[in-house]
Amino acid sequence: MKKTVAFIIVLVIFLAGCADTKKHSKGVYMLLDTSGTYALELKKAQSILNYLLGTLQPMDTLAVACIDTGSFSEKDIIAKVTFYQRPSVANNQKRAFQKKIDKFTSEVKSSKYTDISGGLYQAIEYLNEADTGKKYILIFSDLKEELKRGHVRDVPFQLAGFNVIALNVTKLRADIRDPKKYLKRVEQWRAKVEGGNGQWRVVNDLERLENIFAE
Amino acid sequence: MAFIKSLLSITANPALSVLIWLILFLAALYFARKPFHATIKAFARVINNAMRFTASSILLAEKRLVQRNREVLVADGLENAERLVEREFDRINAAVVRDLEGYPGLHHQMSEVITKMEEDFTKTADVPPSLPNWTNIIEAIANIEHSGDSMVSNMLAEINRTLTEQHKAAIETYRNSSATRHSLLNKMKPFWRTLQKTLSEVGKSISDLNKRAKRIDRYMDNYEQIRAKTDKAVRMLSSSSMTQFFISGLVLLIAFGGAIINFNLIALPMSEMVGGGSYIGPYKTSDVAGLVIILVELSMGLFLMESLRITRLFPIIGSMDDKMRRRMIYITLTLLTVLAGVESALAFMRDRIAADMEALRQTLAGAEAMAHAASNIPTIGQMVMGFVLPFALTFVAIPLESFISSARTVLGIVGAGVLRAIAFILRLVGNAGLYLGKFIISVYDLLIFPTLWLEGVITSGQKGVKKTPKEAKNKKIMKKFKKSFTNKGKQTEEKEQLE
Repeated sequence: MKKTVAFIIVLVIFLAGCADTKKHSKGVYMLLDTSGTYALELKKAQSILNYLLGTLQPMDTLAVACIDTGSFSEKDIIAKVTFYQRPSVANNQKRAFQKKIDKFTSEVKSSKYTDISGGLYQAIEYLNEADTGKKYILIFSDLKEELKRGHVRDVPFQLAGFNVIALNVTKLRADIRDPKKYLKRVEQWRAKVEGGNGQWRVVNDLERLENIFAE
Repeated sequence: MAFIKSLLSITANPALSVLIWLILFLAALYFARKPFHATIKAFARVINNAMRFTASSILLAEKRLVQRNREVLVADGLENAERLVEREFDRINAAVVRDLEGYPGLHHQMSEVITKMEEDFTKTADVPPSLPNWTNIIEAIANIEHSGDSMVSNMLAEINRTLTEQHKAAIETYRNSSATRHSLLNKMKPFWRTLQKTLSEVGKSISDLNKRAKRIDRYMDNYEQIRAKTDKAVRMLSSSSMTQFFISGLVLLIAFGGAIINFNLIALPMSEMVGGGSYIGPYKTSDVAGLVIILVELSMGLFLMESLRITRLFPIIGSMDDKMRRRMIYITLTLLTVLAGVESALAFMRDRIAADMEALRQTLAGAEAMAHAASNIPTIGQMVMGFVLPFALTFVAIPLESFISSARTVLGIVGAGVLRAIAFILRLVGNAGLYLGKFIISVYDLLIFPTLWLEGVITSGQKGVKKTPKEAKNKKIMKKFKKSFTNKGKQTEEKEQLE
């Protein structure tokens, strides 16, 4: 009898210990490039965000920030949320989130410079604080970084456990003339991310957004 | 390559070198012939014996398993037969109690009816009133011849009139009396009918009892056969066990489908209760919670069936006293009803959550949110299903019991079959090993046939040379020994093959 009771207690403790939320939760940080002509692409970003809102589950975290002149700042975070564990509440949070994003895209002004690295630093910091099981940084940009004079971005990225996915990497005029430039740009970012022990992927086909979370 | 070249260069002519090497090789094989034969024979015998022994021990295990199976089958059969006989006795008991309970009333009723009928019958036996005794006298007087005297004539006329009146009155009385008797007999009719009905009821009860007694006789015959462990009874039980296994398996599969539907009804709304983001191991807590509810319902169903003595999976429940058992029935039934209510509520919640999610999806897709469907039928349907399924799953206990009891027998039969197959394969491998050894020896002899031929030539040449008496004696002894040895070897081989 004593053995049975002890077994049940151990089982309960084991199951309670297994009730792990963090390990299965996803953290998604999306960076939106608002520089120059790329700001016109934000409509596409909206559809990606809608996909994310439809896919993410309770207890997942989602944050959207813009890439502008100085992106390493909390001020650049447009909206952030950790969905509540009850699906009905989470659905309401998603609706509110969508409204915020709609408002932002209708009022956005294009920035002069493109501080992608700063945005990445901010994303790493945010997702590390959120302490989610899986971490995704989505970069909606052409990956052409232009830093304002005086901005230093030479700290290496610490991306162990992060998936960095570049979305809708459009070809610039110079790329059309010389594709090597495009390839070099993408390769540079891959090297940077993989140098920081992160996983790098490029998803240009926005019809196949399920590839974002494909392991 | 260099090694081959060096081998071929022992003489100037490579063909000659090859020939020399071949002769040397054959000679080496010839000298190694006896030890090689012995080794191969020993190896083949080792394989053969090992396989034979393993096969025998497996067959022994198979025999034990078959015996055990038989015992289990017989025990199950006896239990079933006992249950059937017990049930029939219960029914007879109920019938006897029911009929005997009413017997005093029936007896009283029949006595009353019979008394009444006796009385009435006695009354109907009353003789109708006859004419007064003096009518003969008057008649005699009336027949007297008169001489025309008016007085006599008047007197006689008076007598005639009186007589006629008396006759009429007597006839009237007789008619009345007959009518009364007829009415009494008429009144007896319903009593007769009542009596007939009562008696036919009694007759029916008696014939029912007779039928049940015959059925019990049949069950008892079966029981006796099972007790005697006759092959026929075991075969019957075995085939019935197989049938039970497949039928109950099929029903369990259907029940499993029902459980999955039930699970899908409550898994989503459970996330509202326990949270949609927590996990137990790799599984969502809401899914586990839904599964636990279904399993608890199944357990309650099992306990309910046990308490009702429909199944006998837990003997401790079956052996409880009736009061305790009744309490258990009420408790399990109440819990089941509560759980069914919870499921129904969850099914309602599921409908709402699904509608909300669909609305969100449409909003995200950019479409206008559609108005909710006006019909409540799907919601009501889900709620009814949520309420009914737990009760339906209660009956899983019956096929589950059959499945468990028949699975034991079926697994035993399958196990015995597997063991037999293994034993056969082992014996096959053992024999194959033995004959492979013989085959290798033959191939070896075939390879070195020139040396064997040479040996034959030499030994036949020696036969012609006269032997000394000592040599001849030694050879004779050796021949005898060899003969007896080969005979023994052959006998053992034959024996082994027979085994």
